[in-house]
Amino acid sequence: MSAARLIAPHWLPPLVGIGSGVLFLAAIELLVRAGAINRFIVPLPSEVAASFPRVITEEDILHRFAQTAWECFAASFLLTGFGVALGALMHRVRLIRLACETWVAAFASAPLVLAYPLFLVLFGRSTMTIIMLAFLSGLPPVVLKTVEGLAATRRVLINVGRSFKLTPAQQFWKILFPSALPTIFVGIRLGMIFALINVVAVEFLINFGGLGQVINELAERYDLPGTYAAISFVMLVSIVFFIVTERAERWLRS
Amino acid sequence: MAEIVTRAPAAKPWFSGVTLLRAAIVLFALVVWQIMAVSGLFYRGVVPSLPAIGAALMKLLSTGDFYWNLWVTAEEIAIGLAIGGVCGVVAGLVIGGNRFIAQAFEPYLYYLGPTPKIVFFPVMIMWFGVGGGSKIAMGAVSCFFPIALSVAAGMRQIDPVLIRVGESFRAKPWQMATKIYLPAMRHPIVNGLRLGLGVALIGTLLAETKLSNRGLGFLVIQAYNNFNMPLLYAILVVLFVLAIGVNTLVARFARLDEIKQK
Repeated sequence: MSAARLIAPHWLPPLVGIGSGVLFLAAIELLVRAGAINRFIVPLPSEVAASFPRVITEEDILHRFAQTAWECFAASFLLTGFGVALGALMHRVRLIRLACETWVAAFASAPLVLAYPLFLVLFGRSTMTIIMLAFLSGLPPVVLKTVEGLAATRRVLINVGRSFKLTPAQQFWKILFPSALPTIFVGIRLGMIFALINVVAVEFLINFGGLGQVINELAERYDLPGTYAAISFVMLVSIVFFIVTERAERWLRS
Repeated sequence: MAEIVTRAPAAKPWFSGVTLLRAAIVLFALVVWQIMAVSGLFYRGVVPSLPAIGAALMKLLSTGDFYWNLWVTAEEIAIGLAIGGVCGVVAGLVIGGNRFIAQAFEPYLYYLGPTPKIVFFPVMIMWFGVGGGSKIAMGAVSCFFPIALSVAAGMRQIDPVLIRVGESFRAKPWQMATKIYLPAMRHPIVNGLRLGLGVALIGTLLAETKLSNRGLGFLVIQAYNNFNMPLLYAILVVLFVLAIGVNTLVARFARLDEIKQK
């Protein structure tokens, strides 16, 4: 048998992946129906699927989705503006970069979301608490990637700019920034993912706002199929968000 | 005979420009904070004075209650990391070692990785109860994804020569895993554990703030409920220092700086 025959067709692995998921859910359905799994802990997958329309209409999911999207957008807007500006400043002034870059990296590993009680005191139980926490959590990757992107600009491009006697501002906007844009977008994308994670997490924790609050409310009502459906919806939103930003990054790089 | 002259590298002055700037930034931040605290511009207690935070920090660190809660949290994180880590390493080895399985299942890991794990907490409470079990489960779920993805990526970067050597010795699958794959993947595994530790810590502590009666997360939310702001700031300072310190230690262990330089 030739080696080419051993290579699986390109559609088979995704099919196996989806098929395994369907089989897993079917097995759960059977085990719950048979009583092997307590249905007061794990609801029937069919019940979860059936509860989707109810959750979408009764819980006003679209409005809540819009609220979460608005909070993410506001946080992303802030972290893009401040992050790129801070990164550009750190790239421009070497001393600041040397002094602060390790701090920014350390800040990235700090569990900032744990400070949500502090933000509740500072900004109240409001959208501002969620946006500010998401903004600060997403800031370090934007700053670090901006510095990295600007520092990686090819020497020949900078020399071309110098030969045209560009001012520092022109040098930045016409040479450095366009050259660093793909790397900066990687940072913005990471920052937006952190922002989304923190927005949903804080909504869930403080029981306020969009999608995170729905899960909390449904769980407190002990609406099991609804809770699982809402969690699935949040996962779906995260995955779509992740795929869209990933495609945008690839497009920008190409 | 030629004499070999060795010259010691010139010692760097401790008060370099970078050190001075760092000290100036810290000093500036502390002064601004103190001015804010005494200015009366904020609600009383929201921005406590530095001596008040310092006193709360000293009191916190001198009580046995803090260390007991620290131990509880550390235990939950360690068990969660162990469970999630083992599952992540096994999943990573399986996915990284088989192209078909990787094509079938890796996209799910890749896309589920960045979802906010705290939304699974109500489910974890139903499955594992309101005690430590649900916090451990949160830690395990949080750290599973980065570890599995890091191990799978690391597995694909193993030098094929090493694998061929193992195969030529007719090593069994477990021998390949223990003698070839795992030693060759030390850096990706430790790097995955470093990432996993960070998210396990956040997952466990957030779960403690949501529903618990012990652990550092519980201390945070208790300080908030009692409006003890100096204590809240003190606990957050300790938590941030611990998290950053542990992360730095693991990174040093992985010698990530050496990899970057290479």
